[in-house]
Amino acid sequence: MMVEQKFQPGAQAIAKKGWFGAYKWLIFRRISQLGILALFLTGPVLGIWIVKGNMASSLTLDILPLSDPYVMLQGLMSGNVPVTSGLIGVAIVLVFYLLVGGRVYCSWICPVNIVTDAAGWVRRKLGLKVSSHFARSTRYWLLALTLILPPITGAIVWELFNPVSLMFRGIIFGMGWAWMVIVAIFLFDIFISQRGWCGHLCPVGAFYSLLGTKSPLRVSASRREQCDDCNDCFVVCPEPKVITPALKGADKGIGPLIDDGNCTNCGRCIDVCDEEVFNFTNRFKS
Amino acid sequence: MSNTQGRGDTAQTGTSLKKRATLNRRKFLGDTLKSACGAGLLGLGMGTYSRQVESHPAWVIRPPGALPEPEFSGACIRCGLCVRDCPYDMLRLAELGESVAMGTPYFVARDKPCEMCEDIPCAAACPTNALSHELDNIDDARMGLAVLIDQEECIAFQGLRCEVCFNVCPVQGDAISIEMQHNRRSGKHANFIPVVHSNACTGCGKCEKACILEEAAIKVLPMELAKGLVGEHYRFGWQQKKVAGKSLVTPDVEHQYNLPEGVTYDYNKGGLSLPPESSDASPYSSNPLDSLKKLQNQESK
Repeated sequence: MMVEQKFQPGAQAIAKKGWFGAYKWLIFRRISQLGILALFLTGPVLGIWIVKGNMASSLTLDILPLSDPYVMLQGLMSGNVPVTSGLIGVAIVLVFYLLVGGRVYCSWICPVNIVTDAAGWVRRKLGLKVSSHFARSTRYWLLALTLILPPITGAIVWELFNPVSLMFRGIIFGMGWAWMVIVAIFLFDIFISQRGWCGHLCPVGAFYSLLGTKSPLRVSASRREQCDDCNDCFVVCPEPKVITPALKGADKGIGPLIDDGNCTNCGRCIDVCDEEVFNFTNRFKS
Repeated sequence: MSNTQGRGDTAQTGTSLKKRATLNRRKFLGDTLKSACGAGLLGLGMGTYSRQVESHPAWVIRPPGALPEPEFSGACIRCGLCVRDCPYDMLRLAELGESVAMGTPYFVARDKPCEMCEDIPCAAACPTNALSHELDNIDDARMGLAVLIDQEECIAFQGLRCEVCFNVCPVQGDAISIEMQHNRRSGKHANFIPVVHSNACTGCGKCEKACILEEAAIKVLPMELAKGLVGEHYRFGWQQKKVAGKSLVTPDVEHQYNLPEGVTYDYNKGGLSLPPESSDASPYSSNPLDSLKKLQNQESK
């Protein structure tokens, strides 16, 4: 029974809440991720232009400019100031993520997340336990590196490698050999390091985690006293460390709010918990 | 461990805590150094690679208004908005595995040249000024410079009439003109040679696209490859003379031609001119005996 539970997190939730109830937020996230891709693809595929460009910078319905603040910051570090439309685009995106949480980018928009979630699922199914450990802070070193290289080289160096922009751009503008990078990340996450890319290395996520440290939209372990220690939330969570203080910190006087910039607001913990401990809330609600 | 017996337990706990703290500190320092070294090495690799891809092949042409290459790679965020706003769909973003910096826009003149839209929609779409918004007249674009690079194969040099590059040129007459040269093969025809002028050529690539050869004889090259630069200290005498109104060096000595009496030569006045009184337009007498007499006179002297 224990083994089954370990490899099938959410089994109890399915039994209690039904299949949709146990996958609700995951389904919403996939709809969001694929829907955003679809909005970019209707133009080149069907000739119906809704959104032009890609995640680095886009123009929706020929009026709404949106630009990735991280990519723009790299450009700025190399000494280039964007034009007005670029600056407006950055401002809109910044405000959005400051409100909903920076790493919402990771779980609701980034296409690489689908790949690494799939890798995580395969890992659980295979029951792989071996994982080479390196610090989750590695991503902040990489973030610093990607911001130091532009002033040294004068070029936006990271965007020559960035698997996140590479995958998104590849789907919309043509892959070339980019699919190999995606396969590499998939295999890396399965066989080398659990949640290796998104949870340890990705500087894009690191940047967005910094944006989200004080965002109002939060997951909260509001009914943490109902927790039956089934561990399912820790198994599915891409950033399990963020749960601990909120769920288990009652004795230390820590509130139930998951108050960590690295929580991606993916909502899987809400889905998978049959005791309905977690819910979306905002930080001002006590 | 120099504590009294009574405090033994607490002292031991204290030491183990201290031990753990040192271990943690050591671990922290070790981890930090490991990460820093890893990031540094990675940065070295990525930085070096980025410098290499900046020197892309010469057939890669950036869209109009593109900043010079080092600045371009620091400004272009690879969003593809220029690609989308090109009405002729001739721009593309480099994919991984191509010899162009990944994700940056370019076109290949021989495949699809720039159509030189008056409103320059590609540059207008750029959110970062990698394609400069200061470019407001497409004729001022300098995407590259057309060079008639193979004068052996270009059929104009064989004396054949082609002039296709001249005829498709959007800045016709200014960017490419046809200069007539003597055809030394036939001896009596002209070669109609296309000549590119860098002060008007935008590098759109229409000439390269239209060249009738299997492999184009005229090609758009990056400006820094195609264009020479004369030393700043050089002064051309005839230009300086025009500016100053007089020769700035020793004035030209008029050339003395050794001509028959009364005959003059002036390049600017139709060359050779005969004395006005000789109506038969020949310095020689119509009577052949005169020449003999002249010879006899010379010998008797």
